[in-house]
Formats: sequence, C-alpha cells, structure tokens
Amino acid sequence: MADPNASPARFARTAHVARKEWAEKTARAAFFLMAIAMVVPLVVIVSYLVWRAWPSLSWDFLTDVPRRGMTAGGIWPAFVGTLYLVGISLAVSAPIGVLAAVYLNEYAKDNWFNRLVSLAVINLAGVPSIVHALFGLGAFVYAAHLGLSIMSAALTLAIMTLPVIIASTREALASVPVAFREACWNVGATRWQTIRAVVLPNSISGILTGVILQVSRAAGETAPIMFTGAVFYKAVARGDLFPYRLDEQCMALSMHLYTLATQVPNVKESMQYATAVVLLGSVLLVNAAAIALRIWMRGRKKW
Amino acid sequence: MGQPPKIEVENLRLAYGAQEVVHSISFDVRPNEILGVIGPAQSGKTSLLRCLNRTIDFSPNAIVSGSIRLDGRDVRATKDVFDLRRRIGMVAPLPVGLPLSIYDNVAFAPRCAGLRRRGDIDAIVERCLTQAALWDEVKDRLDSLGTALSGGQQQRLTIARALSHQPEVLCLDEFSIAIDPVTTMRIEDVLKDLRSEMTIILVTNLTQQARRLADRTMFLLDGNIVEIDDTPIIFSSGAASQKTRDYVNGVFG
Repeated sequence: MADPNASPARFARTAHVARKEWAEKTARAAFFLMAIAMVVPLVVIVSYLVWRAWPSLSWDFLTDVPRRGMTAGGIWPAFVGTLYLVGISLAVSAPIGVLAAVYLNEYAKDNWFNRLVSLAVINLAGVPSIVHALFGLGAFVYAAHLGLSIMSAALTLAIMTLPVIIASTREALASVPVAFREACWNVGATRWQTIRAVVLPNSISGILTGVILQVSRAAGETAPIMFTGAVFYKAVARGDLFPYRLDEQCMALSMHLYTLATQVPNVKESMQYATAVVLLGSVLLVNAAAIALRIWMRGRKKW
Repeated sequence: MGQPPKIEVENLRLAYGAQEVVHSISFDVRPNEILGVIGPAQSGKTSLLRCLNRTIDFSPNAIVSGSIRLDGRDVRATKDVFDLRRRIGMVAPLPVGLPLSIYDNVAFAPRCAGLRRRGDIDAIVERCLTQAALWDEVKDRLDSLGTALSGGQQQRLTIARALSHQPEVLCLDEFSIAIDPVTTMRIEDVLKDLRSEMTIILVTNLTQQARRLADRTMFLLDGNIVEIDDTPIIFSSGAASQKTRDYVNGVFG
C-alpha cells in the first residue's frame, strides 16, 4: 500500500486483457456455430423428408406389399428384407469382430504379424462399399456357390462392417485402465479370468454401441446388396414376418428407394420420400436404442 | 539363522531392450523377516518385484537372466506361474480397487484359484479385511463398490486382496505414496503383525519407514546393491558405504 505504483495497475483492463477477452468470445462463438452446424442439416433433412412423405405415410404403407407395378401399396417386402440382411450380417460380424478385437487387444504380443493384422483391419475399414460388393459377388455368389441370395448379401455386409466393429471394440477394451489388469494378474488370475471378471463387464457398453452403430451402415448400403442378393421386386404376402428363404433373393429398403426413384415410371413422389423416412426412421430408432443402452450401462459403470 | 532363506536371488540381471536396469544383483530374504528396500527412483526396485512374481513376463522387451529361488525352486522355471503369483502377494504404489464389490475384490483371487464354497470364501473375506484393518469400516457394506472407497481404504482393500490368496511372501511397492499418514501408520502396524505369518518385502522411498519396520534393509542404487544389512546398522554411522550414509541422511536421493 505504501508503494503507489504497485497495486492499481495490477488488475487494470490493459490492451492485453481486452485482446484475450475478445479471443475468448470469438473462439466460443465459432465453436458454438460449428456445433449448431452439425445439428441443422439433420433437422432440415428429417423435417423435409417427413413433410414430403406425409401423404403416403401410414401404418398400411409399412405393412402392405407393393401394388400396381410399385406405384401403389407399401414396402413390407423391402422392410423385412432389410431386417433379414442387417440381422444376419451382424449375427456373423459381431461375434467374430468382438472376439478378434479381444485377441488383438488382450492377448496379441506386439510383433510383426499382429501389427500386420491391425494394419489390415484399418485398411479394410477404408475399402469403398462398391469394392466390397465386387468381392462379395466373386467370393460368395460364385466361389462359394451361394448364388444371388440373402446369405451372399448378408455375408458381404458382414465383411464390410467387421473392421469397424473390431476397431470400436478395441477402443472400448483399451479404455479399461491397465492398472485393473495388473491388479488381477498380481493375484494369479489368468488372462481369461481377468477379461471375464473385469475387462469385458467394463467395456461392454462401448462394445455394444459400436456394434449397434453398424446397423445403420448395413441398412443403408445399396451397392453391396445390389450385386449379391437384392432384387427389384419379390412377391410376398402382406405382413408376413418370414417371407424369405436364406437362399432366395430379397427386396431391401435402400435398394427399393433406388428403384422407386430411378427405375419405375409414374411413382408418386411421396412414396419415395416415405420409403426414405422408413429407412431413416428405423436407423434412428436403433441408434436411439444404442444411446439409451449406453446411458443405462454408464449409470452402472464402476469407477 | 538356521533356517534356509525364503528367497535367494543370484546374479539377477534385467534389461528392457538394450538398457540394463538391474546389474547382476544377489541377495537373500530370510523367512518371516521384513526386508526394507530403499533407493531413489529408477534404481530398479519395482522391476525387482516384477521379476519375483513374473509379472515382468508382460513386458515384451524385458530380458531377465540369473536366478530367483523361492524355497529353493527357481521361479523362472515354474510350470504354474499363476500359482507362483498366488504365493507372492503384491501391493502396487497406487491403490487399485477393482470395479467390483468390496466382497468380490477380496474373493476374486480365491475364486480364480478354484475355491467355490460360499462359507470358505466368506471366512477368507472377513479374515483378510480384518488383517488389513478395514473390516470394521466396511463390514456393513460389503456389496458396495470397491472403487467408491477413499484412497486410504482402497489401499487397505488392495492389501486385503493381496492377502486373500494366503501368500507366503508379501511385497509392498511404495504402498504409502497415495495415502495419509494416519492410514500409513495403521498399515504399518498391520505389517508388524503379519511378520509372524509371512515374509515381507517392503519397497519404500521413505527411508524412515524402512527404519521403523524393516529387520534388514537393502539399499539399491542404479540397479546395484550398495549395501544390505541389519536396519540399525544401515541407519547408523556403521553403514559400510558412504553413499548409504548420505542417502539415509538425506544428502541425496
């Protein structure tokens, strides 16, 4: 207090402080705008689709079969076909992907072979879906003699989703602290006992989320199934839950949307939009389930 | 000391890749003694413990040579490494409550060893928590999460877990660095009681802790044993090496 020069200047609003405040405000606004920019397209797309689809949307549209050269009726065969394809492909890729990821993350030593496997997984994730389609055509349709069928298409989708499931599972496993594993090993637990008691229970929510997110990818892809097992039209009974055999071809939502939009003359526009709404709605529903599951499991997270 | 040593370490060398961190050390641990191991950071204390219970196996680039014998049997040649790890209790520097209930934390090792009878496991849980001076605080909430305990309680839980597989040797690696002095003193009392049942290796960078507890003290420096002798000698002017005298008196370290 004795020194008049010391105190007052200390908290004064200098040019430096003003600059910092300005930068802080600008940064905050910029980041906020980017976050909003993420949400706006989704809201716009969904509301536009629903608005355009409204005249055709009804429970009947979902459960009825296409009629009058696809210009009327519903999309039931395509809806069930997509359920088949997604269900079978995930039933194949989820167990293989999760177990492979457990091996790579928990057992594999850091040697050239396992590095090669990891590299292959990463690169496989980057392969375009049309290439997967050609691979599926060659491998499953011709080489494995599965023909153009649900099985071929589902296996092609499985190959496509596998690397992403492996990557997301590895991430979930890696998020469990190493200290937990060491504590288990120190008391004489084997690797498997450690994985079962501590690692899996604490990463299962991340693993499931990763798997479920692949539902949307498998449901949305058109190219792989177009080459391997999806057809324009298949006669099916209205509301039939099990209309297909696995060695038959099937309709699928993504394929149906493409068909309505480009291949069939005189289709009401609202029907195309309604098909898109059903596809998008199913995917969003599954994603919402994944989020709910994740929240529920995180509530039970234990550290 | 008519008894044979509990642990004999002979010409133990340990390298991580090209860098040798333990340089051919040899020493014995006597049955039912507390051996204090002191030394500054990077002197090889933790690596030594990891060789002892073979968790060094998890470091892919570690190269071990020499021998470590537990009751005359080489640990590096043992067939059942999981059984070996159960014979040696290990307490890490930072408390690790497993994300399981308090009960399951302690019951984990016996279950891994194949024990199934609920009554037997109940008895082990109560005995170990009592030995680790934690029973009175948690006996009414054995179902709550081990990770929800305070740091000091978690460290005692860690000790209870290390005792749950009835080890013959208990190794503590700087167990007090994350807990308060009062809890530290309680655990030190526990260790004094445990001495009658098992051999204890106490790695610590608190020289005074070794002085309070250890029967003998070993001073490690840069992967070499500077000196190993009865604790009163190490902490007196009678210590053979000037380095030891300097270290315990806080001149360096």
